[in-house]
Amino acid sequence: MHISVQEAPFDLGAASAEFAAGHKDMGAIVTFTGLVRDLPDDPLDAMEIEHYPGMTEKALQAIAQEARTRFGLGDVLVIHRYGRLLPGEMIMMVATAAPHRKDAFEGASFLMDYLKSRAPFWKRETTSSGAQWVASKDEDEAALTRW
Amino acid sequence: MMDVLYFAWVRERIGLPRERVETQATTVHELVAQLRAREERYEAAFEDLSALRVALDQKLADFDAPLAGVREVAFFPPMTGG
Repeated sequence: MHISVQEAPFDLGAASAEFAAGHKDMGAIVTFTGLVRDLPDDPLDAMEIEHYPGMTEKALQAIAQEARTRFGLGDVLVIHRYGRLLPGEMIMMVATAAPHRKDAFEGASFLMDYLKSRAPFWKRETTSSGAQWVASKDEDEAALTRW
Repeated sequence: MMDVLYFAWVRERIGLPRERVETQATTVHELVAQLRAREERYEAAFEDLSALRVALDQKLADFDAPLAGVREVAFFPPMTGG
């Protein structure tokens, strides 16, 4: 398992290729990438991401381990950035490796659902009309009940 | 003595990211009551506990959790990662 919490951008292609290499017993790799989305009515200047150093790494490690056990994953990758990001920049990625695609897809989906509301990250959007902390959505919490 | 940390708008309302707090509180609820009684900015940060989350020694916990042996308490809004 590889967990990285970093300010610097990451190379999606290189990270995916490196993750996929060396898994001869795995038939399926799923990757998900989250981007900073611009706002249609109030153009975004930047998104700032704050996190809780120490707890973030532990929470991601625990979520990744749970996904690995539950879906029989061969490997898990999580990269999540913090700091100031611009629209279109990559915020984070997860990758899962499994013998078959169903577990790889479900494992990635599980990881994302838990990461969204159980890993200590907070987003703040800055637009020309000011800065605002992004509110959590009830549906994000509800998404956890399906697991 | 306990390290108390604040994140996101909780940090902004209180005006600092962390502080050392001398406390006899035995639960998170008691610690919150002690902080709220301090100043208006704490009252403003803790007025709606349903909008807050708490972590004890870097693990999510409940507001009625005991504080025995805990060294680090963190208060923050619901998380918005991903």
